[in-house]
Amino acid sequence: MASEPIIELAGLGKQFHTANGPVTALDDINLTIEKGEIFGIIGLSGAGKSTLVRCINFLEIPTAGKVLFEKQDMGALDEKGRRMARRSMGMIFQQFNLLAQRNVLRNVCFPLEIAGVPKAEARKRAEELLCMVGLEDRMKAYPAQLSGGQKQRVAIARALATNPKVLLCDEATSALDPNTTKSILQLLKKINQELGVTVIVITHEMAVIEAICDRVAIIDQSHIAEVGKVSDIFSQPRSRIGRQLILGDAVDNVSFSGTRQIRIIFDGRASSEPIIANMILACKTAVNIMYAATKDLGGTAMGQMIIQLPEEEAEARRITNYLSTMKVPYEEVREDAV
Amino acid sequence: MQFDATIWSMLGTGILETIYMVAMSSIFSYIIGIPLGVILVVTAKDGIKPVPAVEKILGIIINLLRSVPFIILAIMLIPVTRKIMGTTIGPNALVFPLIVAGAPYIARMVESSFREIDAGVIEAAKSMGASTWQIIYKVLLPESKPSLLVGAAISVTTILGYTAMGGFVGAGGLGTIAINYGYYRYQTDIMLITVAIMVIIVQIIQESFMKLSKANDKRIR
Repeated sequence: MASEPIIELAGLGKQFHTANGPVTALDDINLTIEKGEIFGIIGLSGAGKSTLVRCINFLEIPTAGKVLFEKQDMGALDEKGRRMARRSMGMIFQQFNLLAQRNVLRNVCFPLEIAGVPKAEARKRAEELLCMVGLEDRMKAYPAQLSGGQKQRVAIARALATNPKVLLCDEATSALDPNTTKSILQLLKKINQELGVTVIVITHEMAVIEAICDRVAIIDQSHIAEVGKVSDIFSQPRSRIGRQLILGDAVDNVSFSGTRQIRIIFDGRASSEPIIANMILACKTAVNIMYAATKDLGGTAMGQMIIQLPEEEAEARRITNYLSTMKVPYEEVREDAV
Repeated sequence: MQFDATIWSMLGTGILETIYMVAMSSIFSYIIGIPLGVILVVTAKDGIKPVPAVEKILGIIINLLRSVPFIILAIMLIPVTRKIMGTTIGPNALVFPLIVAGAPYIARMVESSFREIDAGVIEAAKSMGASTWQIIYKVLLPESKPSLLVGAAISVTTILGYTAMGGFVGAGGLGTIAINYGYYRYQTDIMLITVAIMVIIVQIIQESFMKLSKANDKRIR
């Protein structure tokens, strides 16, 4: 992919003035988004990611730094120039934000009406887009008659109507169920690949980033914690927040110092049964594998494994209870006996 | 007493005069009230084009006009009414104070209808590069149509109530009949008939606007 920046954020900052004094939502944000990539911005709620995406199209006016869109300084544009620039940046939202009193077709025509496109032409373009998002049979329906996924498809078609170069997605899948999320993400990927639209995805879900993004920026407490290729960040998160988002809370919190160990005995259960993995999933806690010697003898597992139980007594008890329930033989071991 | 043809024709004229006053003042109150409502919402601190000073001053004027009871406003305005309408009695004379009282009332109704629109929808329009004017006539007005129609049922009914008070300043219409017969002449029966007619008119106004609102609302599955 030829790397040519489409959006550059330089020293971007945003302060809000509230009754309790100024609140910094963004501070010294430096990011370059390349043409044609799917760029993810992830952070916990309140990290500033929604403000960040709104600074890109100047729905929020930054209080420091610059936004360059195709080398054009957004801050140097007048009101009219900004409106023109926004037509090159489609946006979709968590709550879809469709016009409730317009049917699907007229919703997609809306940005074209705003841009002054002749009616017949707008209608034709809207129909094409609705076919692309798979809603050719719901053109006359009103938003209230659609499911969440269908509404987001309409919103996507609407955002693409003016042939934007960038599609900003603000928590676009956060109100959808997992299956619908998957199909919407696939649609975004298809748009990126077939139309070459640069996609910027704002989310708090790591799974979304993992599914479609090329690069990701992790934002935490108004700052960029780290930026990089998704594969690099996933394999080696450097920042504390990165580790938390990718590895989850459990890893940091489970302590194993000086706790009980048990020996699990494999005495002829099917080796195809993932006992330890199931146990971890069911008990939702980590165990520390100290020693293992198992063999697969013609489909049966033989041998033993010593695991260290979490320090937290309730979690340790969950594990022993699980093993008893599943009739997996085990015994307590003393640390010096290993 | 006998209900002869004179009384029936008087009631007929009363109905027509009342309808005339309500219709004329409602139309003009809306012509003035809708833009005022738009200005209130657009210039508000969280509006599309915040100009807090405008919103504040307009809000104070509206509150001032709304805090004067209609019958007192109508009397206060008599010199102005004479200048503008050329007369101070009859249905035409009352239309002027009705507009002065109705427009600010409608401005507030329109304002509250606009405020029901999800801020996200307006944000979406902005993200597409819509101008303030485009947001007003392509988002605010069409999206709040059902709510505006419900508001109209309330506003027009209120204006109907004002016309009845106009009876005290010789406006004509059903209010004048009710006051002349029921209050000055103790002919309760005629007053009761006018009240019954008013009740029917209110019912018709209320029902038709509610039906219109429902028919226009696409949010209902």
